[in-house]
Amino acid sequence: MNAASHNTLPLNSAVAETDFDVEAIRRDFPVLHQEINGHPLAYLDNAASSQRPQSVIDAVRYYEEHDHANVHRGVHTLSQRATDAYEGGREKIRAFINAESNQEIIYVRGATEAINLVAQSYGRSRMQAGDEIVITTMEHHSNIVPWQLLAEQTGVRLRVIPITRRGELELEAVDELLNERTRLLSVVYISNALGTINPVKTLIDKAHSRGIPVMLDAAQAAPHTRIDVQALDCDFLAMSGHKMYGPTGIGILYGKRSLLEAMPPYQGGGEMILAVNFERSVYNELPYKFEAGTPNISGAIGLGAAVDYLQAIGLERISRYEHKLLRYATEKLESIPELKIVGTAREKASVISFTIDGVHPHDLGTIVDSEGVAIRTGHHCAMPVMEFFGVPATARASFAFYNTTAEIDALANALQTALGVLR
Amino acid sequence: MDLRELYQDIIVDHNRSPRNFRVPEHYDRMADGFNPLCGDKLHVYLSVDDNRVTDVSFQGSGCAISVASASLMTEAVKGLTEQEARALFEDVHKALTGDEDAVDLERLGKLAAISGVRAFPSRVKCASLCWHTLTAALDQQDTAVSTE
Repeated sequence: MNAASHNTLPLNSAVAETDFDVEAIRRDFPVLHQEINGHPLAYLDNAASSQRPQSVIDAVRYYEEHDHANVHRGVHTLSQRATDAYEGGREKIRAFINAESNQEIIYVRGATEAINLVAQSYGRSRMQAGDEIVITTMEHHSNIVPWQLLAEQTGVRLRVIPITRRGELELEAVDELLNERTRLLSVVYISNALGTINPVKTLIDKAHSRGIPVMLDAAQAAPHTRIDVQALDCDFLAMSGHKMYGPTGIGILYGKRSLLEAMPPYQGGGEMILAVNFERSVYNELPYKFEAGTPNISGAIGLGAAVDYLQAIGLERISRYEHKLLRYATEKLESIPELKIVGTAREKASVISFTIDGVHPHDLGTIVDSEGVAIRTGHHCAMPVMEFFGVPATARASFAFYNTTAEIDALANALQTALGVLR
Repeated sequence: MDLRELYQDIIVDHNRSPRNFRVPEHYDRMADGFNPLCGDKLHVYLSVDDNRVTDVSFQGSGCAISVASASLMTEAVKGLTEQEARALFEDVHKALTGDEDAVDLERLGKLAAISGVRAFPSRVKCASLCWHTLTAALDQQDTAVSTE
């Protein structure tokens, strides 16, 4: 039902877009060119972690081989080079999401740490028993558990926007849930488990009209869609480097400067202070106030290179191509009668969760791997979503702009193998 | 990598039609098993008379490996003493985790079919979940056991 409704172009020719040379792009990703179990690798697990282009690998390697030293600490040449490269990454990321200032770009380990930072710094200093935080049923565990920890510490109450059978938010419920007790709305931009693209601008406007700040979990959105934090007017936004073709262990918290300035530090240590004595310490200015300890310098440089790479291709072209892959894959998978797609939102990113009658997702994962196809199986760190759809787990294929229709065909063929083995 | 090593006919058969797949009217001990990695849940029910397992059955949901392993386990354990059942798990565990010389696969009989998971380390927990749950039932633990 979902694909047919917006399938207007013929399938194969639709994907072979003239201005998008996927073979040239694939040459930028060394890891893609290998065989797994005697078959060409079809890497369709991008929502779990995406691969790195050569330019990211090279940037990290160049730094390790030529420029490494601690940042913001030395007067010597290497320290200056390392600092320049590290801060250069911050500026690239600022431009990527159109933040007003570099001071609003906090390096963290990933989206998970970004949300924990907001919960512990913003939440703990401002919220108390009786206050409410609103999230949605389709959140990743990383946008559930930090708020539960905060709830245990402060007595705040967590409220949840329900979803429909298609995997879309029940927008009517939002008006009721956002009330005078609500202190924050924290919402996933694109669901990792369902692919749903949430109407975040509408949600932000609704929340702001009641004076409620909004945090966006953009871990999945950043690699698929253009993000403009000023146009969205979101108050906080979390991203993970490894979901957007950068390294693991690096991510970003964006926050509006006025909010960040008023927040207490998240962790204490070096870098985040201006002066320390045993009576009290003076905290550093933004963004360093939130970057205690020696940071992941090479990760930040790699993330900057990933942003350069994405900017050079263009998020709009990436979105268009991936949408065609999504449409092709949806049709292809729907042609398997035993297969059921979980998550059929009208606005979807290139993620397809599915189940197959009589074949457990875990078996599917093993069997398709035997034909070189990498997919995720399990609860995708979104157990409430699995519970809502009444399944213990799903299989999930998630596509990046370096994937091809041939790889989707390989997935469909491998699924037929699984049916042959187990049914 | 040979899929048929893992999905042998006997595994496919026991997954399609699991034996002793029921909640018994009467049982003496039971335990829940949970694999947080994949969401598999199993419940194992035991009747024990004079130190001997007189009935064993299971319920739950899981992948082919976990369902077939549980089904095969119930067939193998029925009639054994508690000590024999625990000793059998030790042999099965060796068969699953790859110490090929340390275990006599022939002695395991049908259970030997499950040893194909040796080549698939990420699936060993699927095969062992039912045995951990059985052990918990033998111990009469009240809390759910986990493969973690």
